[in-house]
This record gives sequence, C-alpha cells and structure tokens, in this order.
Amino acid sequence: MQSPAEIDLHSGGVIGLSWLMIALPLLGAAVLMLGGRRTDRWGHLLGVLMSLGAFAVAAASFVELLGMSPAERRREVGLYEFIPGMADLGLLIDPLSISFALLITGVGSLIHIYSIGYMSHDHDRRRFFSYLNLFVAAMLLLVLSDNYLGLFVGWEGVGLASYLLIGFWQFKPSAATAAQKAFIVNRVGDFGLLIGIFTIWTTFGSLGFREIFSQDPGTASSGTMTAIGLLLLVGACGKSAQLPLQSWLLDAMEGPTPVSALIHAATMVTAGVYLVVRSGFFFEASATAQLVVTIVGVATLLAGAIIGCAKDDIKKGLAGSTMSQIGYMMLGAGLGPAGYAFAIGHLITHGFFKANMFLGAGSVMHAMNDEVDMRRYGGLFSVMKITAVTFVIGYLAIIGFPLLSGYFTKDGIIETAMHHNQILGWLAVAGAGLTGFYMSRMVFMTFFGKKRWADDAHPHESPAVMTWPLIILAIGSIGLGAFLVLGNRFMTFLAPAVGLPQELPEFHFVSTPGLATLALVAVGAAFAWFRYGAAEVPVLAPRGSFLTAFARRDLYGDALNEALLMRPGQWLTRIAVFFDNRGVDGLVNGLAAGIGGTSGRLRRVQTGYVRSYALSILFGAAAVVGALLYVGNM
Amino acid sequence: MTTHYLVLSALLFAIGGIGVLVRRNAIVVFMCVELMLNACNLAFVTFARQHGNLDGQLIAFFVMVVAAAEVVIGLAIIVMIFRTRRSASVDDANLLKY
Repeated sequence: MQSPAEIDLHSGGVIGLSWLMIALPLLGAAVLMLGGRRTDRWGHLLGVLMSLGAFAVAAASFVELLGMSPAERRREVGLYEFIPGMADLGLLIDPLSISFALLITGVGSLIHIYSIGYMSHDHDRRRFFSYLNLFVAAMLLLVLSDNYLGLFVGWEGVGLASYLLIGFWQFKPSAATAAQKAFIVNRVGDFGLLIGIFTIWTTFGSLGFREIFSQDPGTASSGTMTAIGLLLLVGACGKSAQLPLQSWLLDAMEGPTPVSALIHAATMVTAGVYLVVRSGFFFEASATAQLVVTIVGVATLLAGAIIGCAKDDIKKGLAGSTMSQIGYMMLGAGLGPAGYAFAIGHLITHGFFKANMFLGAGSVMHAMNDEVDMRRYGGLFSVMKITAVTFVIGYLAIIGFPLLSGYFTKDGIIETAMHHNQILGWLAVAGAGLTGFYMSRMVFMTFFGKKRWADDAHPHESPAVMTWPLIILAIGSIGLGAFLVLGNRFMTFLAPAVGLPQELPEFHFVSTPGLATLALVAVGAAFAWFRYGAAEVPVLAPRGSFLTAFARRDLYGDALNEALLMRPGQWLTRIAVFFDNRGVDGLVNGLAAGIGGTSGRLRRVQTGYVRSYALSILFGAAAVVGALLYVGNM
Repeated sequence: MTTHYLVLSALLFAIGGIGVLVRRNAIVVFMCVELMLNACNLAFVTFARQHGNLDGQLIAFFVMVVAAAEVVIGLAIIVMIFRTRRSASVDDANLLKY
C-alpha cells in the first residue's frame, strides 16, 4: 500500500475521462429503458456500442497507466464531494481496478455481441440489452470506486441487474423464484458487508481507500480487524456464492445463457474476490480472518466440484464449476500478497474460459431447441465444429491442461496454498482432480459418444455473430495464463495496488503438487471417459448411489436452509401474526367495541319525551340545591 | 313578615312544576311554566322588599320581558305543531330522540 504524498495522484489525460466508462453504459441503459419500444430496432446495437465505448476508454486508460512508473500507477479521479474528507465519490485507477475494468468491458462486449445472435428471437431483446448495460455500469462502479461507499452502490447495482436478468423470463415461475432467491440470499451477504463498512467508518473515520490504507493497521485492535475481515467475507460469500451462501447460484441459471456467462461466471460473482483482495489491509492484519477465507474457499471449491459431478443440466454443471473455481480464487485471496496475483490472475483467465464455455453451452442450447439435459446431447462435435472446438479449448484450460491458461493460474494458487498449509494444498489438488472428472464428463456427454437427441432436434452451427466471440474467448483461454504468470508479469503489475510478497515465486513446470494435480486430473478424465465416453449414457438418469443423490440435491444446501432458516422464520411470522391479530388488534378492537356498546346503551336515555327531560332537570336542580345547602352548612 | 309571601311563592312554584311534569297538553304545560316564572318573580319582589333594595324588582322586570318573548315563540311553535300533527300533546312530539 504505497501512496507517496509527493506524487500528484490526481490525473488528467484519458484517465481523467475514466468516468466515461461508467457513464456510457449507464446512458445506454437509460436510453433503452426510457425509449421503450421506439428503440427496439436499434437498441441492441446501441447496447453493444456503449459497451465497446467503455472498453475503448478502459483500454486507453490501461495504456496510459502502463506508460507511467509503477509508483505513479495509482490515479484518482475525483467526481463529487459527498461528505468532505470522509466519503468523496471518486474513481481509483490502479492496476487492480483496471484489470477488472478490462475484463468486464472486454468479455462484457463480446457477450453483448454474442447476445445479438442469441436473443434475436426474443421480442424483448432491447430490454435485455438495457439490463446488460446497467450491469456493466454498476460493475464498473464497483471496481473503480475509490471508497467503500461507491463500491457498495455498485455492489447493490450489480445485485439489482442480476435480479432483473435472472428473472428476465419472468413468465416462467421458476425464473421468477430464482431471481428472488438470488436477491434474498444476497441480502444476507450485503448485510454483512454493510455492517463491515459501518465498522470501518467508526474505526478509521473514513471510507476512502487511500485514507484508510495509509493508516497504521495497529491503531485498531486485532479483534476489530478480524471482525471487519469476517464481515467483509460475509458480503463476499453472498456475492460470490461461497459456502454457506452458495445456494442461489445454481438456480440463477434460469436466466438467459449470456447472463450466466457474463454475470454468473465471468464478472459479478468474482466481486467477492475483488473485495477480499482490495481489503487486504484488514485481512493481512488478522490471521484468523485469512484462515477463515481460505477455509471457505477450500470448502466451496470441493462442494462446487462435487455438485458439478452429478448435474445433467449443462448450465448447472457449469455453475457448480464456477462455484468451485471461485473457491480457488477465494483460497488464493486468503493467502495474502503471495496469493493475490494468482487469485486475480485465475479470476481473469476463468473469466475467459468460463464465459467461453457458457457461451458454448448457449450455442449448443440454441441449436438443440433450448434443451439443457446433457443426456439428450451427444455426438455434437460433427455438427457444430466451432462451438465444439472452442468449448474443448475452454475445457482444457479449466482442467489445467499444460500450457493453457488454467494450468498456470490454478497451479499458482495450489502451490502457494501448499506452501502455506499442506492440508489446504492437498484439498485443492483433490478439487482439481474432481474438476478433471466433471468437465470431462460434460464434454464427452455433449460432443462425443452416441447421438441421444430428441426427435425434433436439428442441431446446426450458430451464426457468425455468436461464434466469433467464442473464438476470441478461446484464444484468451489458450494464451492469457502463460502471459500473466510467466516471469511474474501480473504480480509485479499488480504490486502498486496490492503489494508484493517477500520473495517472488518461481513458476515450476515440474513440482510435486503440479504433477500430483496433473495425475489426478488425468485419472478423473479417464474415469469420465469410461463412464460417459466409452460406455453408453442412459437417456434417463439412473438413480445412482446416495452420493449421487447428495450431489444432485446440491449437497442438501436448500434443504438445510429450509430446515434451519425458512421454517423457523415461518413460525416466527406466524407467531407475530397471531400476536398482531389477537394481541394488538384485540386490544384496539376490544376498546372500540366497549365504548360502542356503552354508548349504545347510554343513548336510550334520550327518549324524546319532553316531560322526562323536565323531570331530570328537576332532579338535577334539586341535587344542586342540596349540594349548595350541604356546603353552606359546613 | 315576608314568610307568607315566600310560602305562597313556593306553593305556586311547586304547582307549576307539578303541572309541567304531569300534564300533556302543551298549552297547559306552557301556562304552568308561566306560573313558575311568576312564582320566582314573587320571590324576587319579596326579597327586594325584605332587604330594602331594588335589585329584585329590577330582575322581576327582566323575567317578565323574557317570559313575554318566550310566550311569543312558544305559542307560535305550539300552533305550528298543532297544524302539522293535529295534536297539542307534548308526548306526541317525541321525534327528536335516539
């Protein structure tokens, strides 16, 4: 965390215009939402254009940043003084945020282009693009903001966009429910993040990254630092679908496939990793918080992999895999400066190969009449070559096939973990083996083996507007990892933002964990070949062992939530309703009924007979006179 | 010395009061009210005499003025009630009730 005061960190140039990155997609979303049906004809083009414009600004800022000396690579762009000195709205352009911005706008633009083709038959395509643009704007605000307040606004913005896009086909009850589930589970995480931000505010008196990180971590007690770390981790778990807040991600696959690729694989779900790395200041001060981060990461990477092994729905399989890969990133992020670069590096390469595979899955679904059951696929390699080849490249990258992207970044995480803690390291290796199995299973079931298509399926290759993004993403899946990791290129680039470890790691092509990983992956892939490549795949899923059922039911995560939270919550509401109806309402209604009844009886005194009134006046007068006499005689 | 006047006044007042309570005919009730008013007047005048100042006599004039005004309004109301309901009984005019 270096921020030399003598260097002017405020910036003009292209970086001074970096707010355009957020403004352009936001403008696109506004035009498309307010313009309504009038923009139907060209709305998708505007959406793509705005996303590409943001990418251009990001790329230009990146180039300008590269032209500076490493110490200068922290540029602040002030936008608005919200609470002077404590919460100014501004952007921070540093290696970490610009890496994210490039990933978001780059992969985001490719997915925008892909969506033109994928959503061409949907008469609500314009609305889809307005949400996509909204998402890009919010996500950029999240990563570019120079304070926790702006980050939180972006954080909520992507949550909203995610909700809108999961429920894009809201006429499907399952999609509407999934959208609500995602929103509600994210509320739990956001609650933690919010409390964490409150704690930061009270402890450090500021929300700006520079103001906080320039303070001495020793000013706060270690307990406070642990608390802040764990609260931020709760937020990260919600957004990044880590245990125990993982349950929404699998259901989120109800959204259109480009959404799954962009939001629920490449960008939004990695916001938790960004948060942990950006807040390294707190985690590095608390070994406990770091340990919890790594444990959460390892638990999730195993859970996601196990879930991925049993899913027949291609998108849910990929979702399990996403959980698992984010688990790896979380593990890396919990390892301190040594792991940050690998975590972010894996995040970026994962953004490429997972978006590639999701879009590939979308291409397959597009060809197969929106069929998602892999048991109805098979033998698709021959009919859709581009999709198949790019998917296989993504597959090889994710299982860590030597020299492809995933090989470098994932191996980096595993080796750093091994260095840090043997148990964590070997569990991560085991997760890699599972990855080899479930991804191989997916590829064999989809592209190879016998054709098990439905009778009315006539698969065909997707149009060029869909295949070109696949090709570009596949190229990234091949080369990006080597480019980032070899020679510690990415680690030194990130250093001004996140710091460096004491000793720079050396990438070993031959090492015990690396070889063990490769061996386990090979075993997993071979096992998958025997089960799903060489052998016949039944069209109807067999019952399987209790382990299969366990994985199919998402490790009973939903059942657990239901038993532990939903049912008691329902009881609580029922008790509250009972108390409200009988207690509060009973009191009010009883009082009203009592007064009403009494006055109903009292009213009978008004008989309408003048003479009875006269009699009461007489009695009254007599009483008054009697009282006067009594008082007078005292 | 003035006791007799006061006793008479009290008697007249009681007769009037009883009349108001027991008679149904509005005209008679009205006359009984006048009787009560005049019983009061008698008492006022008596006390004025007894104390040797004119306050009571003055009040008696006021009462007479009010009584005259009251008669005008009251008789008009009774006549109107009689015209619409063909009855001068106060018990028949009992529509204003719960």
